[in-house]
Amino acid sequence: MNDAQSAGDAAPLELRIDAKTFLSADGTPVEVVCGLKLRLEAGSFGALIGPSGCGKTTILRIAAGLDPDFQGQLRTPGSGRLGIVFQEPRLLPWRTVEENIRLALPARDAAVDLTELVEILGLGSHLTRYPGELSLGLARRAAIARAFAARPDFLLLDEPFVSLDEAVAARLRNELLALTTRTKVTTLFVTHNLAEAIQLADHLFFLSDRPTRIIAEKSLPPPRGTRSRDVITSIGDEMRMLVSQAATDAGGG
Amino acid sequence: MPRIYSLAALIVVWALAAALVQSRLLPGPLTIGATILADIRSGELPFQMSCTLGRVISSFAIAMILGIIAGYAMGRSKAVDRYADSWLIVLINMPALVTIIFAYIWIGLNETAAILAVAINKLPNVIVVIREGARALDPELDEMAKAFQFTWFSRIRHVVIPQLAPYLAASSRSGLSIVWKIVLVVELIGRPNGVGFVLGSAFSLFDMAKILSYAISFIVLMLVIESFLVQPLERRAIRWRRRPA
Repeated sequence: MNDAQSAGDAAPLELRIDAKTFLSADGTPVEVVCGLKLRLEAGSFGALIGPSGCGKTTILRIAAGLDPDFQGQLRTPGSGRLGIVFQEPRLLPWRTVEENIRLALPARDAAVDLTELVEILGLGSHLTRYPGELSLGLARRAAIARAFAARPDFLLLDEPFVSLDEAVAARLRNELLALTTRTKVTTLFVTHNLAEAIQLADHLFFLSDRPTRIIAEKSLPPPRGTRSRDVITSIGDEMRMLVSQAATDAGGG
Repeated sequence: MPRIYSLAALIVVWALAAALVQSRLLPGPLTIGATILADIRSGELPFQMSCTLGRVISSFAIAMILGIIAGYAMGRSKAVDRYADSWLIVLINMPALVTIIFAYIWIGLNETAAILAVAINKLPNVIVVIREGARALDPELDEMAKAFQFTWFSRIRHVVIPQLAPYLAASSRSGLSIVWKIVLVVELIGRPNGVGFVLGSAFSLFDMAKILSYAISFIVLMLVIESFLVQPLERRAIRWRRRPA
């Protein structure tokens, strides 16, 4: 793996969503995101935190360029090569783990050496298996490997650790931390788990209920990953205060 | 194994019936076997069968290729579906015989007309099945392929075709059997060779031995194709599925 691949001269990730509406079943437009502005420095790890159903996935899909139907602007860093981990692993069930990872590579890298990446993620002995034979934890790892294998300029993760038991989730968090530190890829991470966000991220964005916008931001002092449980709890408490304050302000104004 | 027993039982019943009736109109299995062997030796049977098989393969291929393209387009695009659907309904309800007669009258009593007539008869069935398959394509996998910038080719090969595989298998199975039945009709009406032609002339002579021997030979040939070509391909396509314990 080439450590400097996606760092260095890359520009920040900038996303501005003035408005994003869906048509509900009876045809009335519902505004889901409104006046959201987000800027993520190159090489940093941002976490979007918000209640369930607040439109986090919608924002991520827009950032991934999968949903061009919004008012606003998206500027992606570097050449715009994207690595993405969806909420479900979304592997091709008819291809082996290795084929799934390699298919995400650009043609010129098709034969690249994946050994190190799959070793870090503990996938070494599962490369020839089909996704249907994997546990959810392993399938998630395969999805993470696929996202990193493409050597992305930026990485999007949509609650990649939900519905895993805590021990597996904790291990995967550490693996993700190791990989993002090493590749210095610009990462945007969506979660509803505040402790997880504080452990992983340098920058937190708190989202409001619908229509969604950012109600509070917070930069965390480096380094990531070494924050102790106490530190995480105290930052968490502080953030909860800040957010509820911001929410009441927004409600009153 | 049960399959072999039931086939053997069928032949025994047939032999008994033939022995009881003792008629030229129901020859026994041995007579038929002898007729088949004689016609294989003379080269007549292989020639007629290969004529028919050639027509089956060409019209099957044409129907599948056009049907896959049209069915995929209709399954993916509502606009295309809305426009093409009424054509499809006309095509589905067109009696095979009418298509055959039209083809022979407009194109002439030749090979092109024969193959085209069969292909057009089979086409709507392929379209309907593939359209269902295209409608059932998983949008999440599609999104994944888009996010990872799959090329057009690898999207078709790794994302679309594996999802369509069961539909392709279903339509080619039913397709092969429909096609060869219609090919015989086409040959009966307007071709100077092929199994259908032989059956037609044997019918006018009331030659039951010939009719039975050609019909059975061709059924056996289609069974061989089915079990040595279609089924292995299908097994290969679904090898990723977990085998039931």
